[in-house]
Amino acid sequence: MKYTFLFIILFVFSYAKSAYAQEHSMGKDSAVNQQAATPHSDEAHGSEAHGSEGEHAIYDPAATAIHHISDANVYTILDFVRIPLPMMLYTSGKGWDFFSSGRFHPGHHDDGHTSYNGYVLHQGSVHRVVEPGFPTEGETEIDGFSTKLEEKDGKPFDAKYVLFQGKEYRLDARSTLDGGVLGGGITSFYDFSPTKNVISMILVSLFLFWIMRRSAKAYKENPNKAPKGMQGLLEPVFTFIRDEVAIPFIGKEKYTRYLSLLMSIFFFILGLNLFGQIPFLGGTNVTGNLAVTMVLALIVFFVVNINGKKDYWQHIFWMPNVPVLVKPLLAAVEIMGLFIKPLTLMLRLAGNISAGHIAIVSFIGLIFIFGEAGTSMGGSLIGTVMAIPLTLFMMSIELIVAFVQAFVFTLLTASYIGAAIEEHHHAEGHH
Amino acid sequence: MTGTLAAVGAGLAVIGAGIGIGMVGGKAMEAIARQPEASGDIRGGMILMAAFVEGAALIAILLSIFVK
Repeated sequence: MKYTFLFIILFVFSYAKSAYAQEHSMGKDSAVNQQAATPHSDEAHGSEAHGSEGEHAIYDPAATAIHHISDANVYTILDFVRIPLPMMLYTSGKGWDFFSSGRFHPGHHDDGHTSYNGYVLHQGSVHRVVEPGFPTEGETEIDGFSTKLEEKDGKPFDAKYVLFQGKEYRLDARSTLDGGVLGGGITSFYDFSPTKNVISMILVSLFLFWIMRRSAKAYKENPNKAPKGMQGLLEPVFTFIRDEVAIPFIGKEKYTRYLSLLMSIFFFILGLNLFGQIPFLGGTNVTGNLAVTMVLALIVFFVVNINGKKDYWQHIFWMPNVPVLVKPLLAAVEIMGLFIKPLTLMLRLAGNISAGHIAIVSFIGLIFIFGEAGTSMGGSLIGTVMAIPLTLFMMSIELIVAFVQAFVFTLLTASYIGAAIEEHHHAEGHH
Repeated sequence: MTGTLAAVGAGLAVIGAGIGIGMVGGKAMEAIARQPEASGDIRGGMILMAAFVEGAALIAILLSIFVK
C-alpha cells in the first residue's frame, strides 16, 4: 500500500516535469518553423503562425534550455494558466508605459497575439518594435514571429522579427547593464517590470516571513516546551547553521551580530532553490539568475568590507611577517581576491542552480531527440523510457544541491566575515 | 569552430574540478578514518574546499558558455 502510493507520486511528478518541459521545448520549434516559412508564404502562414502543429523542425536542446531558465514577463503554469504581470516600461522620448501583460494576449509558447503601444511579447519576454510603420498606440493584432541569424559586431546573433500585415519588423530586446558581455547592452527601452522571478521572490519571502513569525510566536508563548509543527522543522536547521557555521567561523562573542544576515541568506536561497523545483509551478530559476546572485554577493561584499577590522586591511595591503619585496606582490593578489570572493559566490550559486535546470530540461529533451521532434513515435517512447529515470535521478540530486548550495553560500559568507573581523592580539605572531 | 573549442574548454575545466574535488573528498575521508572524533571539523573544511575548487571550474564553464 505504502509503495503503491509512492509509485503514484513518482509517476505524477515525472509526468508533470515532462509535460512542463514539452511546453518549453516547443518554443524554439515555432520560431524555426516560422523562419523557414516566412520567405515564401507570408499571407498563408499569417493566421497560423502561432501554432506549429503539422510541421516539425529540428529540436534545438541548447536554445530550449536557455529559454527554459530565463526570466519572463508572464507567469505560465503548464501552458494552460497564464498569470499576467504588471509591465513598467520606459522609452526615452516616449516616456513610461504601465499596463498588464494580459494586454498582449499571450498564447502558445508565451508569444503575444497582440502588440500594445509598440511593445510585443515574444517567448515570454517583452520586446519593442523599432522600425517605423508599426502602430505605436493601442492594441493591434500581430501575425507571428520569426528569427534570423545575423551578424552583429562580427558575431552571429539571433535577430528577432515580428510579422504584421505581411511585413517584418525588427524587434529590440530590453536593455541590460551587462555592457554587451552577455549579448545585451543598452537598447531603445528599459524594462522595470516585476517579472516571474520577482513574483517568485516576493512569494517565497512572504512564505518565509509567515513561517518564521509563527515559529517565533510559538517560542514566545511556550518557551519551555518541545517544538512542534513548522517550529520543529525549522529548529534543527536553524541550530545547525548557528552551531556549525556561525559560531565556528565568526566566534562565540560576535556571531549574534551577523546571525540574522546568515539566516536570511540561507533561508532565502534555500526557499528559492526549492521553489524552483516544484513541478507545475512554473519552474522559476531565481537563484540561477546572475542578477539575483550578484545582489546577494554585493550584500556580502559590503558587509565584509565595512566590518573589516584593522588587521584585515593590514593583511590585504601590507602582509606582516613576509619579506618587503614580496609585500606588494601579495597586496596585488589580495586586492584581486577581494573582488574574486564575491564573484565566485555569485557564479557558484547561479551556475549550480542553472546547471541543474539545464540538465533536467536536457534529459527531458531526450524524448524529442530520439523522437525526432515528434515525428517518430517509437523513438519518443525510447526517449521517454530513458528520460523518466534520468530526470528523477537529476531531480533528487537537485534536492541535495539546493541544500548544499544554500549551505555553502552561508558558510563562505560566515568565513569571509570571520576573516574580516578577526583581531590578532599578537599580530606579529602569525599571519 | 570557437564553439567547439569552448566545449572542449568546458570539458577540460570539469576534468580539473573532478580531480580537485576527488582529492579533497578522498583526503577528507582518510582524515576522518584516522581521526573519527574530528569528523565534524573535517567535513566543514571539506565542503568549503570543494566549493572553492568548484568555483574556479564554474568560472571556466560560464566563460565557455558566453564565448560563442
